[in-house]
Amino acid sequence: MAELTPESLKTLFPEAVISARVFRGELTAVVQRERLLDVAKALRDHPDWRFNFLSDLTAVDHMPRRPRFDVVYHLCSVPSGCRLRLKVQIDEDTVVPSVTDVWPGANWYEREVFDLFGIRFEGHPNLTRILLPDDFEGHPLRRDHPVGKSKIPF
Amino acid sequence: MNGTGQKYSLTPAEGGKGEGTTETMVLNMGPQHPSTHGVLRLILELDGETVVKCTPVIGYLHTGIEKSCEDKTYHKVIPLTDRIDYLAPMSNNLAYVLAVEKLLELEVPPRAQWLRVLLAEVTRIGSHLVWLGTHVMDIGAQTVFLWAFREREMVTDIYEMVSGVRMMSSFFRIGGLAADVPPEFEGAIRNFLDVMPRRLDDYEELLNNNEIFLKRTKGVGIISAEDGIALGLSGPSLRGSGVAYDIRKAAPYSGYEQFDFEIPTGTVGDVYDRYMVRLKEMRQSLRIIQQALDGLPGGRVMAKAPPYTPPDKEAIHTNMEELIYHFKFFTEGFRAPAGEVYQAVEGPRGEFGCYLVSDGTNKPRRVHFRGASFANLQSLPKMVEGRLVADVIAAIGSIDIVLGDVDR
Repeated sequence: MAELTPESLKTLFPEAVISARVFRGELTAVVQRERLLDVAKALRDHPDWRFNFLSDLTAVDHMPRRPRFDVVYHLCSVPSGCRLRLKVQIDEDTVVPSVTDVWPGANWYEREVFDLFGIRFEGHPNLTRILLPDDFEGHPLRRDHPVGKSKIPF
Repeated sequence: MNGTGQKYSLTPAEGGKGEGTTETMVLNMGPQHPSTHGVLRLILELDGETVVKCTPVIGYLHTGIEKSCEDKTYHKVIPLTDRIDYLAPMSNNLAYVLAVEKLLELEVPPRAQWLRVLLAEVTRIGSHLVWLGTHVMDIGAQTVFLWAFREREMVTDIYEMVSGVRMMSSFFRIGGLAADVPPEFEGAIRNFLDVMPRRLDDYEELLNNNEIFLKRTKGVGIISAEDGIALGLSGPSLRGSGVAYDIRKAAPYSGYEQFDFEIPTGTVGDVYDRYMVRLKEMRQSLRIIQQALDGLPGGRVMAKAPPYTPPDKEAIHTNMEELIYHFKFFTEGFRAPAGEVYQAVEGPRGEFGCYLVSDGTNKPRRVHFRGASFANLQSLPKMVEGRLVADVIAAIGSIDIVLGDVDR
């Protein structure tokens, strides 16, 4: 079984993986946005790792860093139990390819990230707000959205 | 409301001018519906009594917990975690404190680890009892509801005994527990271990051979293992489809590798299998509780690792420096090293995860909770589309969602 290390990931995806490192025993790889879908599919179908389970998908606002957002994918392999974190770094107006074709479970997660961060996913079947009302203004998990200043309709 | 947007028309047989074509109807189920277990709204497109399309609408219980976390010191996040999956507060606490401890590289005393395991399993049984009672009541069994809530009272009593609170316990701390358990704890747990197996027998006697219950659950709400994994289904709901995936075994945390227990699985992936998995799981939890109690190590329940852990209570009363430290600890908190960690635990509903990003200050940059119910609810349309509308109720109960966990 091929070992899951920063080096093995860089060897497997020499162009797509920008950086990879281990922190507190967890492997994180930053991948190019354009190559995200290729990497996701390859990892899902990899004979040894088989990352068939998308544990979690979320985003982090690193304002004022540029690029501002990290979109974070937590992958898990049900057969082997290994875990991996993928990241894509983007700015406000950059569109991220949707991974719903790779893991259908990403559907609601991407809607949540769109709802709370305003990040758009290309190829998503139904990119609408999921937790907040449709007429809500702003995206509350952005760092520049003030706490307690949202309009309350009642 | 008319699904196709056309006006209803009577068929020629009914004396109307209609063509006799079938139309689908849209039924709005919820958000105030007794059997949706909270404020869940389902938009069902029906052809007669058959569900053509099921669209869950969520967010009615969104409280912005993740945003609130960003404005709190690391310790002050703990009470918020109770309120996510409010039927399993200690399980949520565990995911969060383990994540922070991983980030801080904090060593937790063995006694605290074992008590955490013990209490997490008591929580699992308590949560499963609420599921059992409400789920079977939805499909027509009143007695089990009353019985399950009677036994759940023992769980809330144990909560009250250790933390002083019956539901929102906030009992786990970064580095250990808020306090050691009182002397009467052992007796209460022994009594619980003594009573529960017989009660579980009682439930099974009422349900396992109950014709109505079997008709409502067998072959209903089926989901395959492949679909479940692809949609992010986890916990007992996935194990009902035959996938023996349990984080307590796959990636043990808090010392679970030292305990002997099995992972029950189903075969068909229907409502009945998910019922069976949870009932068997309660018996396995009892085994873990027994082992944890019998082998409970002595010693402290809180790590001594300033600046990440609070000072001892006795020291505050006798030592000026400790008092200052106490004050600074609870007002300013501590600075965590910059970095990110993800910690998943096997909650009663499946994978409950905490993703924590620190920028080196005393407040987390980002806290994200992976609620098991959020992911599990995505599988509901797959289970009910093409089935009867009455089966929707059975299927909702069988995935055991908590809306606080869905909406956060």
